[in-house]
Amino acid sequence: MTGRRVAVTGIGVLAPGGVGTENFWDLLSAGRTATRGITFFDPSSFRSRVAAEIDFDAEAHGLTPQETRRMDRAAQFAVVATREALTDSGIALDAHAPHRVGVTVGSAVGATMGLDQEYRVVSDGGRLDCVDHTYAVPHLYDYLVPSSFAAEVAWAVGAEGPSTVVSTGCTSGIDSVGYAVELIREGSADVMIAGSSDAPISPITMACFDAIKATTPRHDDPEHASRPFDGSRNGFVLGEGAAVFVLEELEAARRRGARVYAEIAGYATRSNAYHMTGLRPDGAEMAEAIRSALDEARIAPQDVDYINAHGSGTKQNDRHETAAFKRSLKDHAYRVPVSSIKSMVGHSLGAIGSIEIAASALAMRHNVVPPTANLHTPDPECDLDYVPLAAREWTTDTVLTVGSGFGGFQSAMVLARPERSLA
Amino acid sequence: MTSVAVTGMGVVSPNGLGTQDFWSATRGGKSGIGRVTRFDPARYPAQLAGEVPGFRAEEHLPSRLLPQTDHMTRLALTAADWALADAGVRPAELPEFDMGVVTASSAGGFEFGQGELRKLWSQGSQYVSAYQSFAWFYAVNSGQISIRNGLKGPSGVLVSDQAGGLDALAQARRQIRKGTPLVVSGGVDGAICPWGWVAQLAGGRISTSNEPARAYLPFDAEARGHVPGEGGAILVLEDAETARRRGARTYGELSGYAATFDPRPGSDRAPGLRRTVELALEDAGLAPGDVDVVFADAAGLPDLDRTEAEAIGAVFGPHGVPVTAPKTMTGRLYAGAGPLDVAAALLSMNDGLIPPTVNVVPSPDYELDLVLAQPRPATLRTALVLARGQGGFNSAVVLESSGR
Repeated sequence: MTGRRVAVTGIGVLAPGGVGTENFWDLLSAGRTATRGITFFDPSSFRSRVAAEIDFDAEAHGLTPQETRRMDRAAQFAVVATREALTDSGIALDAHAPHRVGVTVGSAVGATMGLDQEYRVVSDGGRLDCVDHTYAVPHLYDYLVPSSFAAEVAWAVGAEGPSTVVSTGCTSGIDSVGYAVELIREGSADVMIAGSSDAPISPITMACFDAIKATTPRHDDPEHASRPFDGSRNGFVLGEGAAVFVLEELEAARRRGARVYAEIAGYATRSNAYHMTGLRPDGAEMAEAIRSALDEARIAPQDVDYINAHGSGTKQNDRHETAAFKRSLKDHAYRVPVSSIKSMVGHSLGAIGSIEIAASALAMRHNVVPPTANLHTPDPECDLDYVPLAAREWTTDTVLTVGSGFGGFQSAMVLARPERSLA
Repeated sequence: MTSVAVTGMGVVSPNGLGTQDFWSATRGGKSGIGRVTRFDPARYPAQLAGEVPGFRAEEHLPSRLLPQTDHMTRLALTAADWALADAGVRPAELPEFDMGVVTASSAGGFEFGQGELRKLWSQGSQYVSAYQSFAWFYAVNSGQISIRNGLKGPSGVLVSDQAGGLDALAQARRQIRKGTPLVVSGGVDGAICPWGWVAQLAGGRISTSNEPARAYLPFDAEARGHVPGEGGAILVLEDAETARRRGARTYGELSGYAATFDPRPGSDRAPGLRRTVELALEDAGLAPGDVDVVFADAAGLPDLDRTEAEAIGAVFGPHGVPVTAPKTMTGRLYAGAGPLDVAAALLSMNDGLIPPTVNVVPSPDYELDLVLAQPRPATLRTALVLARGQGGFNSAVVLESSGR
């Protein structure tokens, strides 16, 4: 390996509860929730009627009418978050050859919202088997193949280096950043615009999660519906959003005097090879991903200061994950604060991994760990310190963030201060 | 740096199911393009496709997998089975974390999704299948291949339109170099259903010719778009040293790769393909003169054909290297295209034979040495495979015969 290291120098976030990194951190540090009754469509025929929606006006965030027409909502999110990240980083991209700047966008379900709406039209409400092409929007191909998201981001920043969409379901947001980190380390790029975006709050998504009872039916109390690790949890709350980062080779970032939020010090992904949606309770594969990410970061388990959990709020996830922490960190699992921001911003599928990386970097910046909202009575099988209800001031130099998803994918990433001594 | 060898392949192609049928058809110039049979295309302006012939999923897969899988996932699972068997690998006998899966996708299980969208909008949300939560999404093939074969190592899924299949193979190589000895990789794709058809038509690149021999004519003055296809290839990639130690037969090595993205539309900057080729050769430590054959992306649209011809000409000189496009026999397979071309290139190297580009009368303007109509015998030690995705994705892979 070349010994190149990778720094996060810019962050852009769109999350429920407020557009922009500042609003996002305000929400998390106050322990407020952004889950609510679905407003995007009439949810009355659905089992689950709660979601974490963003009040988003594309043109107010700088997209032109044509960009707004051309892009699915998730692509719009990605571009808006990209612009915030670029401004935040202070990087002058024109100082880099365009082919040394690449793009990765994670997304689990691509342009689901656009596809759902367009299908309804071309099939005339599901009436036509041979759907009518004369009613299709001109940019339907960009909904069909979501690599259009990476193209939009690349066009927005003028990137001409390696670019792709990473789509590993609910770990996409970690894997997209992990992929970008590898490209910088191996020397294929010097700067990566990396993150993820999903906008899945659409009838087809709600219907498929209804069918497997993965989402919560707690629609009489939507603000408290996302309850990771709580004994009363009964499914996740679907969310939407994006987070995008400017990643730079560390030495170059230092030379230009960039503010470095964190080094992406370690990353690994494993598969459970067990079931497309089910998890074995032992957490063995997630534990293996955690061990491997810590190894790569050359960080010992006891040096992890905070774990940003997947914490989706399904019965099986929270136990699986708790077991994985114990398996990989041993006794330290009982000492390290663990929290799930999905309690506040919901589960935005492929986007949430990047949003959680943003939360992790901000926790390091502020030395505050965000809480797990709505956690009043822990499940007895979830017996770690989940930082219930209120944020905690906490020296946070090293963060482990994890994700788990359909397809059996388990991913782990370690953020650390670059100035730490390397063992 | 660790050398990475291809030790197994499973092919599901419109002109042949299984490596043997595919290769004999491809050598012989036999096309798999015909009128769409998977639905009635009569109402659409385009009616030709490359459909995989003779595939009956129940002959290859357990019945419990059928209700939860899209057609393209069934093809992918079958191709993965064949690839592992071809490599002589029994995953149950190897450490489970030492084997990963990286595939490419373009539209996921779009036909499956079409069926569930129809139920949603015509009957109601409670009629949507529980399998919709994963059968259509882009990660489905990696997940299902991992589960079926017990592969617990690093996995991944890349979406970069038609360039993605090569990106997946390169990511597999990366994971092998980072210490995972074996990765199952490639792409099998397809969205030949009315909903997928309408979305592909919207892309504006589909040929509306109804003559199978005239519809997809890359580098021809009459180029008019492409014919969509389904299928692709799944390959087994291994650390070459480990493969040698276990006495595995290797088809060749993946020794170079690069990817770029084109400048914004309307920019006066040059497209990225030439640089992609140069970077891939540099990555392989080779010079242009080392390349014995180029498997072209062959978009079949005048602007894109010109860009590709200019990139090849700039690197290799006019008529400087044999170029072929066997995808004229299959149509464009999206995420499956790159891996299928890699399979074809490896088979070419092993047979000493460049497969033909069928039906094309090349425009002299392009100054390409296109291998036409008949296969061309040649000693092939190094092949370059190109793939481009809509929007501006460019990827290139360099393959070398083992032991070069």
